Amino acid sequence: MFDLSPVLLSRIQFGFVMSFHILFPAFTIGLASWLAFLGGAYLKTKRVIYRELYLFWLKIFAVSFGLGVVSGIVMSFQFGTNWSELSIRAGNILGPLLSYEVLTAFFLEASFLGVMLFGWRRVSPRIHFLATCMVALGTLLSTFWIISANSWMHTPQGYEIKDGVFFPVSWLEIVFNPSFPYRLVHMTLAAFITTCFVIGGISAVYLLKARHREGAVLQLKLAIVFGAIAVPLQIIAGDFHGLNVREHQPMKLAAMEGHWETKRGAPLLLWAVPDAKNERNTQEIAIPKLGSLILTHDINGEVRGLKEFPREERPPVAPVFYAFRVMVGIGMAMLCLIVWSIVQWRRGRLESSKALLRAWMVLTPAGFVAVLAGWYTTEIGRQPYIIYGLMRTSEAATAVDATSVLTSLFVFGAVYLFVFTSGVIYLLKMLRKGPQPVEAHQQVPGFETASHPISAGQHFESLK
Amino acid sequence: MTEGLPLLPVIWFGVIGFAIMMYVLLDGFVLGIGVLAPFAEDERQLDTMMNTAAPIWDGNETWLVLGGAGLLAAFPKAYAIILSTLYLPVLVMLAALVLRGVSFEFRFKANKSKALWGTCFAIGSILAAFAQGVILGAIAEGLPLREASVVGGALHWFSPFSMLCGAAVVFGYALLGSTWLILKTEGAMQTIAYSLTRPLVAVVIAFMVLVSTSLPFLSSQIMARWFNDGNFMWLSPVPLLALINAVVLWRAVMRKAEVLPFLAAISFFLLGFIGLLVGLWPNLLPPSLSIWDAAAAPSSQMFTLVGLAVMLPVILGYVWWSYSVFRGKVTEGGNYH
Repeated sequence: MFDLSPVLLSRIQFGFVMSFHILFPAFTIGLASWLAFLGGAYLKTKRVIYRELYLFWLKIFAVSFGLGVVSGIVMSFQFGTNWSELSIRAGNILGPLLSYEVLTAFFLEASFLGVMLFGWRRVSPRIHFLATCMVALGTLLSTFWIISANSWMHTPQGYEIKDGVFFPVSWLEIVFNPSFPYRLVHMTLAAFITTCFVIGGISAVYLLKARHREGAVLQLKLAIVFGAIAVPLQIIAGDFHGLNVREHQPMKLAAMEGHWETKRGAPLLLWAVPDAKNERNTQEIAIPKLGSLILTHDINGEVRGLKEFPREERPPVAPVFYAFRVMVGIGMAMLCLIVWSIVQWRRGRLESSKALLRAWMVLTPAGFVAVLAGWYTTEIGRQPYIIYGLMRTSEAATAVDATSVLTSLFVFGAVYLFVFTSGVIYLLKMLRKGPQPVEAHQQVPGFETASHPISAGQHFESLK
Repeated sequence: MTEGLPLLPVIWFGVIGFAIMMYVLLDGFVLGIGVLAPFAEDERQLDTMMNTAAPIWDGNETWLVLGGAGLLAAFPKAYAIILSTLYLPVLVMLAALVLRGVSFEFRFKANKSKALWGTCFAIGSILAAFAQGVILGAIAEGLPLREASVVGGALHWFSPFSMLCGAAVVFGYALLGSTWLILKTEGAMQTIAYSLTRPLVAVVIAFMVLVSTSLPFLSSQIMARWFNDGNFMWLSPVPLLALINAVVLWRAVMRKAEVLPFLAAISFFLLGFIGLLVGLWPNLLPPSLSIWDAAAAPSSQMFTLVGLAVMLPVILGYVWWSYSVFRGKVTEGGNYH
């Protein structure tokens, strides 16, 4: 029989609500900047295709952003409903960081989003472009603050503890804590790459179906160029982040690598089945020495194993180990696809290589999977702590009864399933329809039904 | 009683009060549109109603997030106690806000399921409003605190008074919504809004009287605040102004003014809110958690206040600008865009 303690139920609820939420920011952070790019490109070149693509992605953005906002509001109250002990003990530090997120990012995004979606006949094209840029800036500022708060819980500094409560000592040290720069770069790049592969993948589908050719070729090429820069950068950023984890969270690193014994010249495990009970792996496939080379940048460097830490200090090994491999595997697949795309492009076969286009299609959702796998790696990997080394997750939960948490889990489960399914259906519907000629946008996106047909010419006036 | 105590928590009491007030007024009218959604005669009319709020609802809801995050930053203990003891009402509010929010996005994308999202919009709005009223009522009545932690079961918030407050907020938001629609629409839609507003004014005044007269009997502190030591003398402008406000609101609706009903509905809410704060002060959570008991570290309050002082004027600036972009009437059809 499972022990359905409030703590476990709260963890399931938080994990589930968070996993749902993160998919949308991971997409809209990149999409907002993509829209700013398209908007800017249209202003500069006046090529209609940029306008068409802008209006197309704007609709996708509206739905995704809406889902991100509503699931985000749930997040901002979960700290109180389910993790009230964490709020009481670390509110002094987490509260201000979250407040800065609201003050610098949420209002900016929300206010300019309205103008971006509905105001394009009411403001000049330049002001409209400015609104798009403000929304994009908002998504990045939001990333900054929330990653700072998250990173502080992984690598806390700049605090003192009195009677179990965390008090701030240096805000500079708190905001710019040791893992923050690595995590911020890694997450921001992850969001951009996720969007990049959605854009490239959708364009490949259009090319396979011989639809929307002009826009699809343009977008696929842009995705390849962007991917060629961002994917290698992400691999480098991930490597640096790994070194940072090794320094600050050696237990997590040992779980990610599946190392039980501390070793010099440790191998790199490509695959294994961790057996936490007997403290060993079975079915190992390993490359000798490569583990040490990657982790310490020295072929005989020492890598600490899980056995160095008492059992009750170790994170669950298997989920961390597998999630990490999923993330890295997807990263490598993305790199291969980019290299292959460049080769085909140079041979002039970008549009004609069906296999390449199918590969892009398959990798369309890859970024989302990688983002989730990465978050599972880092968040399960910090267990059993919620504030690393200082406060255990089991101490953080509200002393609420299990029935209440079970109820909320059920309600959120039902609502999210309904909302998420509907959201995906509408997004797929819009993606299937694809970019439309600008003349077809007789109404503002989202307002198709409030129809009062305005002639295309009149509409064109308003675009100038 | 408050001499010699630090000033920062007092400032933050004002800031949180301001954020909650902004939320109640701004999302109040949007939720009110949802409460009134069943009165739309057809889908096109509901389009018009929702279009009056579509560009701004997201920003309006952000005030709730500011209230939440600000509370965590400035009064972490109160944040933790409110949300964990009122677990189920908060759950209902959040789930309902999710439904209401996505309805805005999905309804305009839907063809066959348009009516479904209209229903979700109404149900989400009504539930969210009711849950907010219950939360407010349970806090005003006093949470079962002991040593600043809580006793009492999962349903301690359930009382006649909290249910009364739930209903009061639903009708109160409906009034904000109907007067907003008077302001922002014309023709048939506006006629409906007028005919809804008249009974709503009467109902909301009745609720205001019921809530204000029953609360002192439920809380000896609030009774003492209003009626001891001749306090009523210098607090009397609040109920007096509310009375005048009610008359102004009624007359404005009867003579079919367009702007004044909305403004009068707002000031009516403001007076009710001030009346409530007067009763609570200096407690954040009655009966025993004062703003000083619940206060975060001074450094946390200060750090956030600096950000607030810089950002709030900027925020109010661009919020004002975005409202002015969408000023004017929303017509069935779409000159609006």
